[in-house]
Amino acid sequence: MARVRGWLRVLALLGVLTVVLYPLIWVVGSSLKSPTEITSNLSVWPEELTWSNYSDGWNYIPGLSFTRFITNSLVISLATVVANALSCLVTAYAFARLKFRGRKFYFALMIATLLLPGHVLIVPQYVLFNEFDWIDTPLPLIVPKLLATEAFFIFLMVQFMRGIPRELDDAAKIDGSGPYRTFWHVILPLSRPALITTAIFSFIWTWNDFFTQLVYLPSVESYTVPVALRLFIDSSGQTSIGPMLAMSVVSLLPVFLFFLGFQRFLVQGINTSGLKG
Amino acid sequence: MGLMAITAFPMLFSLYLSFTNYDILSSWEFVEWVGFDNYEKIFTGDPIFWKSVRVTLTYGLIAIPLKLAASLGVALLLNRERRGVGLFRSMFYLPSLLGGSVALALVWVAMFNGEGSFNAFLGLFGIEGKPWINDPDWALETLMVLTIWQFGAPMVIFLAGLKQVPSELYEAASVDGASKVRQFFHITLPMLSPVIFFNLVLETINGFQGFTSAFVISNGTGGPVYSTKLYTLHIYDKAFTDFQMGYSSALAWIFLAAIGLITVVFFSTGKFWVHYSDGEN
Repeated sequence: MARVRGWLRVLALLGVLTVVLYPLIWVVGSSLKSPTEITSNLSVWPEELTWSNYSDGWNYIPGLSFTRFITNSLVISLATVVANALSCLVTAYAFARLKFRGRKFYFALMIATLLLPGHVLIVPQYVLFNEFDWIDTPLPLIVPKLLATEAFFIFLMVQFMRGIPRELDDAAKIDGSGPYRTFWHVILPLSRPALITTAIFSFIWTWNDFFTQLVYLPSVESYTVPVALRLFIDSSGQTSIGPMLAMSVVSLLPVFLFFLGFQRFLVQGINTSGLKG
Repeated sequence: MGLMAITAFPMLFSLYLSFTNYDILSSWEFVEWVGFDNYEKIFTGDPIFWKSVRVTLTYGLIAIPLKLAASLGVALLLNRERRGVGLFRSMFYLPSLLGGSVALALVWVAMFNGEGSFNAFLGLFGIEGKPWINDPDWALETLMVLTIWQFGAPMVIFLAGLKQVPSELYEAASVDGASKVRQFFHITLPMLSPVIFFNLVLETINGFQGFTSAFVISNGTGGPVYSTKLYTLHIYDKAFTDFQMGYSSALAWIFLAAIGLITVVFFSTGKFWVHYSDGEN
């Protein structure tokens, strides 16, 4: 009886898994099919491998290749990773270890911003960046990250740092370290797992982000991959479905590679702090 | 601190803008204080506002509970230590990780349009499909399926919660002869209620902020016939298509108030059904 139940469980899991993974496998398979086959052939495996979708998709926009969009996306994503990691680490250290007036209040305020929809802030921020003449540059997407605005990552790091034994700080203090030295030689090296989680999620979320990139980067030359992908649906629709799927695969690839490489960190990161996804 | 510069100041600025007719195109000298005009117009002269409220509520009330049910269901199936369980867990999590990416929305368009593979699949059973994403009656449902499909993130949190339930409780219940179903309703659900609460709040807030897939699937219009016009699309439209920044700010503040209200309702009703095992509330 227990055995039967065990097998039923595995069967149910495999069933759900098929449904969950089908769209992902389908997009990869279909990106290698000819246009007529995409709609007629249900099987995920193409009858004949058609690589032209990839070259067509890459050069779909006249005069601009996907190389450009990928470069734009990479610049923004990597800069965000560095900016987030640095600023959130310093802020988290302050919250976790330093004593200053109103610490509890500021922490609560920061947590409250987690609930704040980006759509509420986008208009005033846009107006502000428009005054700075920053529209159509990567600046509005990067500079704010330097100011530790990603409450989620700060929270994650504060939680992590609270787990680092305070005795280590005290020992450093006795050895004559000030807060800066303690941060640099004790907290920073021990916070590596939290830093890695932050870096991975920063990259993936920025890479996938669409809303702010759509708003701040209006001209085609500054488009990032997600914004550029939308061009496929703008124009002819059906005829470009092959190239569209091919470039979708290209855009999912970095995230997928991160997933393969860091799945342990990813699931842990979600586990310790919840949120998003 | 950055928080002030990039969050608090724009908030106040946005509140100010919501009482003006600011349009970003003309210079600041032409900005007029219009009092509550924007708010009045939203409630009395903007049919799309009401439509988008209805669409957002429908979406939230159906997609979020179903997503949580799916994530809890799969978490229960996975909550057994055995070989390969980690691999399963990661694979279920993958769609969540790809999250609101444009690529997935495009895949959805390709799968659920008139000639998409979903209809080909239905054809195998002799069922005639329809152009799901272009049908005003079905476009929102198609969008919901995409949302529910990404149940991995709450699932991982449920799994962590299930690990906290002491196994002695189940052993004791088994000795008393309680069935699996009874055990689920009398042990698992109450013990899990803080995690359910956490996921519910999180998914509600995330759900109401959905934008990318609705925007991409409807090609920026929220169509067909406003059937996928989420509230966020309306805010975006007013600000960046019509350049009515003041009006859009007013919409955003109503949104903020609504989310605040929902959060308060959750937290005040939470104490009736959320049980913390350490007796703290």
